[in-house]
This record gives sequence, C-alpha cells and structure tokens, in this order.
Amino acid sequence: MSLTVDRLRVYYQTLYGDVKALDGVTFGIKDGEIMGLAGESGCGKTTLSNALILMRPPMKYLEGKVYLDNEEIPVWDTDQMNPIRFAKISIVPQYAMNAMNPTRKIGKMIAELLEARRIRSTEVTAELKRRLDLVGLSHDVLKMYPIELSGGMKQRMVMVISTLLNPSLLIADEITSALDVSTQRAVAEMLVEFRDCKIVKSMIIVTHDISILYQIADSILVMYAGKLVEKAATEVIIHQPRHPYTRLLIASLPKVGIQHDQKQLVGIPGNPPLLLNPPVGCRFRERCPLAYEKCIEEPPFIEIEPNHYTACWKEIEGHASA
Amino acid sequence: MLALKEVSKTYRIGTFGGKELHAVRNVSFDVKPGEVVALIGESGSGKSTIGKMILRLIGTSAGSIQFQGEDIAAFDHARMKEYYRKIQGVFQDPFSSFNPIFKADRIFGIIRDEFYPRIGEKEWQEKVNVSLTAVGLNPEHVLNKYPHQLSGGQLQRFLIARALLLDINFLVADEIISMLDASTRIDVLNLLSDLKARGLAILFITHDLSLANYISERAIILYRGCIAEMGNIQTVFNHPLHPYTRLLMASVPRLDKKWEEPVSVVDGREATLDGCPFYGRCPVADKTLGCDRFQPPLAEVEPNHWVSCYHYPVGKINLR
Repeated sequence: MSLTVDRLRVYYQTLYGDVKALDGVTFGIKDGEIMGLAGESGCGKTTLSNALILMRPPMKYLEGKVYLDNEEIPVWDTDQMNPIRFAKISIVPQYAMNAMNPTRKIGKMIAELLEARRIRSTEVTAELKRRLDLVGLSHDVLKMYPIELSGGMKQRMVMVISTLLNPSLLIADEITSALDVSTQRAVAEMLVEFRDCKIVKSMIIVTHDISILYQIADSILVMYAGKLVEKAATEVIIHQPRHPYTRLLIASLPKVGIQHDQKQLVGIPGNPPLLLNPPVGCRFRERCPLAYEKCIEEPPFIEIEPNHYTACWKEIEGHASA
Repeated sequence: MLALKEVSKTYRIGTFGGKELHAVRNVSFDVKPGEVVALIGESGSGKSTIGKMILRLIGTSAGSIQFQGEDIAAFDHARMKEYYRKIQGVFQDPFSSFNPIFKADRIFGIIRDEFYPRIGEKEWQEKVNVSLTAVGLNPEHVLNKYPHQLSGGQLQRFLIARALLLDINFLVADEIISMLDASTRIDVLNLLSDLKARGLAILFITHDLSLANYISERAIILYRGCIAEMGNIQTVFNHPLHPYTRLLMASVPRLDKKWEEPVSVVDGREATLDGCPFYGRCPVADKTLGCDRFQPPLAEVEPNHWVSCYHYPVGKINLR
C-alpha cells in the first residue's frame, strides 16, 4: 500500500459549531494506483486532499492516522509536515493558474523554492529540462514570467514544479476544470505519463467530472456529505455501481449521443444535508429511494467484493446472506 | 425569429486601447421559434459576447441583429423595454446574480415595478406562483428567503422563473448549468426541454458537448470568434468535418468510450487575421489552398450542414 488513511476525521471550526466535513474516512491506495476522488461540491473531497498536505485553521484535526509507504505521516502538525510536503506528498492546486509568483521569472522562482528546501538548483537543472521536454514546454519558459504563459502552459508548468522532487503521492485538485476540452485531454494524459515514468508513485485526482476519471483513473472513490460512499475499480464504478447514490449519480450524467427526447435523464431529488448538524445514520438516507429502518444506523464502509468497498446496509445485508 | 447578420465585435485592449481584439467575426445565423440552438466554443471563442450582443448589453461593432425583422440597435428606450418582454438572459453564476443583502424574491419585485406597475397584489402573487411552479419550485419553500438559504440549482431556477414572468419567447442561457452539481444539473436541463416544448426558443451557450447534445437541435461550433461548423446536432456530432470539431470530438471525455485515437495538435504556427482562424493549430492546413491567407467561407457541404474549411468545397464531401 502506498497510502493508507485510517479513520481520519477533520472538522472546520465555525462560530456556530463544527462543520463535519470529513467524518472518519478509511481507505488505501496501492503503489502505482491513480485514484479518482469524485463527489458534488461540499462533499469533503477538497478537505480530504488538503488534510493530507496542509491542515491549517479553521481546519481541526480530531483523530485518524495516515501512513505513506508504511511510515506514519503527522498530518496534524504543520511544522513536522514541512520536510514531507513537496518531497513526499505534493499537490497541484485547484487554481494552478494563480499558483506562481507573478513578480519572478519562473526559473528564479523554482530556484528559490529549491533553496528553501536546501537543494542547490544547479543539481536539478538537467532533470528540470528533461521534465519540460516531457510536458512539451520549451526551455525558454524558465526565463519568462507566468503572465506570458497560456492557461494550459501554466498548468503544465505547475505540474512540473510540483513533481520535481519525485513525490510518492501527488494530489491533483480539480486541475482540469478551468481548461478547454482539448487542453484538458493533454493535461489528463500527462498525469498518467508521470505515473508511467515513475516520477510519482501514486496519485489522487480530485474532480467533480466523472467522465475525466473514466478516461484516466484506475479506481474511483465516491464521497457524499463527508463520508465515503463507494470505492472500486473505474470500470466497476461506471458500469456496476452498488451504492444507490453512485447509481443515481452515474445515471444522471448525460452521455454524448443521448438526446432528451430519446431518453429523459433524471437528477437526484433533494439536496445534500448541511454538515453543521448532519443527520444520524446514513447521510444519503433522506434522498435515497431504497432507505429503510436500518438506515438510521450508520453503515460501515466494507469490502463486499474484492477491492469493491461500499457503505450501504442493503448491499451489506445482501452480501451477508449470499 | 432572431437573426444575426454578419455580426462582429472588436474590443479595444492594451494600456491605451491601442490593440484590437476581434472577439466575434462575421457571424451569421438565425434561431427559429421553439428551437434550441447550442453555441459551443472554448473560452475566448466569443460565445458569451454573442449572447450579450443579442441582449444588447453590449453593442455590435459591425453587422446587425434582427428580432422579428427589425434591427435591435435602432430600438429606443420604449421599444427596448418591449424587446426585453420577449427576450431574457440567464447567466453562469447564480450566486453573483443576486444581491446578497436582499431577499431572493426581490428580483420579482423589480420585474413588477418595471413591467407590471398596474397589476393587483393577488393577481401578481398568482403569477409568481405559476411561474415558480413551472420551473419545479415549491413557492412556499423558496419565497421570503435570502440567496444564501437557497441552493445553486434553486437560484438558477429562480432566475429562469423571473424570465418566464415576462412571457418571453427567447431565452439566452449562458453556461447556466456549469456551476451546478451533476445531480441537480440534469433537472435544469429537463426544465429547459419542457420550456422548449411550450414554444420557447433557447440559445444554449456552453463548452460541454454532451450537455449541448442532450437538449439542442442545432449546433454552432465557434473558434476564435468565427463559425467553424454549423448544422443539425446529430450530423455535427456523428460526422464532424472541420478539423477543429474533430479535435473537439476526440478530446471530449465520454463515459461510453475511452480516449484511444491519438489527437495531433500542431503548435507554434501563427494564425493571421486574414487566414483561417484555426490555421495555427490545424493538422491538415495547406498553404496551397490558401489556409494561411484567406478565411474560408462557410459553405453548405450537404443540406443543413455548413463548414468553414477549404478542404470541403460546396457540395463535395470526401473523407468520412
């Protein structure tokens, strides 16, 4: 296992109480696995990715452990995380467009970044140039200011910077959302290439766009209202989802070629619960067409088939009786 | 009903407005009553500019926009008001379309003051209720609330309900579902298809091809302010001809097919203002055809299928 997360619980402190944005999540990522993290806005996917790298107020760590390559990672301690960040766990942030210092030439900014990590930039120059070739950027960009680059180029540049120290885990947070369709594909395929070249060992790709994950992810983890809903191989999540939320979510996505008069798609009625005072039991209960008495208790996230985890009483009971 | 005739828009940019940005170039198309037309393009393709020009939020630099045969640029204040009774717009971000310090139903009050000053209270309430019900909202649940108390999907439907109060027959929907979650997004799309069944014409502006395909009859593909391809949406999607449309179709992430065939993108060639706008990235650009010097005209290559590319002269389709 490359990454193991065990009962991680992270809340946001507000004046009205704690917002339970990440409420006890347990999962693992294998070596070389690209895991997609999907869910609607406010389901806790960005909280999870931030918790693994930089936990700052109002985020509050409650419990849980994180292991990377069998070593425990002190996610609750921002200072102790310093040597781990960038070197072992790295992130391509959501607004990579604005992630670079606008007053520095890119090459100088990278040198400063490396100095802060006590690495001489000349040692890395050759590798940096090789990486630029890999993503199809000219070496001249190092002498340019970020403003001189287009959106897709900036995104690729940030990807190169984030992975420069060969981190074990790379977190990519909504990195394709702001890009055009054709650039999106190029960036997504580059992520896969980074894994194939063993620049990064494993990856978490956070996105609300499931069709992108279908193209590049090995497995998909679906979240809902701060809880894990289902994790399985990509093909299984798309074609044989088991949790009612995943099923409804996949069914509501329009596919290229389907028109409304041929097949009317339906959304999921209702809204996600507020996480200040989330309902007890299964958090999808109120919108779930299959909900029954048992759902007042919280369903555990268990393996119903090899490498297929879900948190739904219907599935768990079906599994137990089978 | 609505027709654009060789419409162009040029923005002045740079420190002293010394440079020009050609956001929309020579765009002509029309929208018939009850038709849903998808305007598809990447960021910077001019799709939102076209929507804003139709709503006369900005003027045109050249060409004319005609509504029921009359040029909207010539409308005076009173005529403009009549125009807005017939045509309304809904935009991308529902959260910034509302003033957060007022209750959300204030947008209905503004409509009442402006367009129905003499209507009775009871009659007005009835009208609001009908309109809210039409967009699938329960008036009791959504009236008297502040914007932050409503979800994005509810706010977006609120804005559509506001447009419906005016008995419109044309709606400019500019990326109205991009900000919504997958589970609520489809409800707003279905609402648009219901409205279409009632005879409303919609200009559906989007960058998402699968959403456009779900609801529209006709597609217009824009690239750098020019129409690259236009026609029946099934034809354009199943047999894209323009190299740009093909690139788009090969890149769109689909749930039923993985990316297999590699896409070839050319970088580094400079497109000139006179030549084909896609010249800079086109894999099949050919100088002998004049791709670099002259902009190809939009030609009808088969009935109701228009392509702007020298590889497809009128009436002749090879390459399938």
